[in-house]
Amino acid sequence: MRLSWFNITSLTLGFAFLYLPMIILVIYSFNESRLVTVWTGFSTKWYGELLSNQAFLDAAWVTLKVAVFSSTLATVLGTLAAYALVRGARFPGRTLFSGMIYAPLVMPEVITGLSLLLLFIGIGLDRGVLTIVLAHTTFAMCYVSVVVSSRLVSFDQSLEEAALDLGCSPWDAFRLVTLPIIAPAVISGWLLAFTLSLDDLVIASFTTGPSATTLPIKIFSAVRLGVSPEINALSTLMIAVVTLGVIIASLISKRNFVREQQGVAGRH
Amino acid sequence: MRRVFIIAVPYLWLLALFLIPFAIVLKISLSDVAMARPPYLPQFSWEAGWGAFLSQLDFENFTFLTTDDLYWKAYLSSLQIAATSTLLTLLIGYPIAYAMARAPDEWRATLMMLVILPFWTSFLIRVYSWMGILSQEGYLNQLLLGLGVISEPLIILNTKVAVYIGIVYTYIPFMILPIYAALHRLDSSLIEAAEDLGCSRAKAFWLITVPLSRNGIIAGCFLVFIPTLGEFVIPSLLGGSGTLMIGKVLWEEFFNNRDWPVASAVAVVLVLILIIPIVLFQQNQQKQNEAQS
Repeated sequence: MRLSWFNITSLTLGFAFLYLPMIILVIYSFNESRLVTVWTGFSTKWYGELLSNQAFLDAAWVTLKVAVFSSTLATVLGTLAAYALVRGARFPGRTLFSGMIYAPLVMPEVITGLSLLLLFIGIGLDRGVLTIVLAHTTFAMCYVSVVVSSRLVSFDQSLEEAALDLGCSPWDAFRLVTLPIIAPAVISGWLLAFTLSLDDLVIASFTTGPSATTLPIKIFSAVRLGVSPEINALSTLMIAVVTLGVIIASLISKRNFVREQQGVAGRH
Repeated sequence: MRRVFIIAVPYLWLLALFLIPFAIVLKISLSDVAMARPPYLPQFSWEAGWGAFLSQLDFENFTFLTTDDLYWKAYLSSLQIAATSTLLTLLIGYPIAYAMARAPDEWRATLMMLVILPFWTSFLIRVYSWMGILSQEGYLNQLLLGLGVISEPLIILNTKVAVYIGIVYTYIPFMILPIYAALHRLDSSLIEAAEDLGCSRAKAFWLITVPLSRNGIIAGCFLVFIPTLGEFVIPSLLGGSGTLMIGKVLWEEFFNNRDWPVASAVAVVLVLILIIPIVLFQQNQQKQNEAQS
């Protein structure tokens, strides 16, 4: 099929719109001037300033810790929840349960943040890394469970039953049969939870205390006053990490796809 | 025993960290603001019992929301901004989704990745990137002044226009993907048949392509409209002090005015407003699933 001029134009303009702002940001992060919008010459000095700014490094460390803990916890809880929803058949309060899985996905972040903060104050929990982890786990597990349950629905349950018939314990059947099959969904669930946590400003702002500042909170308070060259440099680093991650992930999935295709071809 | 464990762990987690917190918001929205720690009354105590506790709750904060016009203006303006930007996102996203569905097969994976990639980059950074473009000495004004299109810099940042741009930019993948999915399934021979039977291209588009991609359009619109309604980051970075949105009002009520009961009441009303589009969205999805199976 050949593309008409109209379609080519809309693709070009559409992707220019999606990518130009970020490309400009990356280019101007190498601008020497403090006046961000005036180009005076190439320089990497803002990267140097950024990396010697202890407050940013601390915030990055806190963010990373929160993201690793909350996404791992969310993956375990979300997979259990997906399992309960798809395989759990009937249990009391099932409607409430599935409602609680889907509601956080559409709940505005300001409300999730506010309600969790009021809970933490109510039970007298000190706000800091722990409370952000609890908050992030709660909304991320819902995303994980949606991703994992779509995979659980589509896979053939008789495989699991066969393993049980052949004398596997339920745990072995899960570990040896179900888990390898749903693994891609579990991994993408973890990645999604990890990115959501890295990215979250609103919920973290509500649930954190003076002891823990995450990177988005730091960025937000810096850019509120206007564009800043250090933030441009930081954004460029974050964009680079994501781009690299996506390229690696797509190479891996391509290799797996090719291998699967060869496997299918070999069997015939 | 094991089955109980699988269900109970996530269930209890969500009860404790989703449902109970929301019940607390509801309770505080019915309380009075007070110079206390935490800054609201009544506090529940076992000595006084439930009766005394419940009798102190009232709807004062909700009546306050209706008397001070800041709040209903903020709700209306959020609805208007969400509706306008949903429409803009549709107008810009549809041609992109359409072109993607028409593209040669070997491009598809790459095009899809290009649409999804921004999802994985920080939302905050994507919004921030527009501050440098739209400000008065920003790149857009530099370009337009340089080309001689305008003689005075345009004021875009800190207006509603900047908020529209920010919303369209960050939410457009949510519009493109469901429409693309609908158009991708569309059988192109239907359009060829219509053209053979004498339809003009434009007419075939309106009579066949648009109705058959209706579910994608509806899904995309809800996916943009629902999260935009409670948006906080975009109006506070791009909208300036003049743009009222309810997410921002809630934030300021809580952090700046420290009025927890009113902030909670604002949250409860926002949830009530959101229930309508969410239920409509659910129905649409269900219909779509039934149609497919």
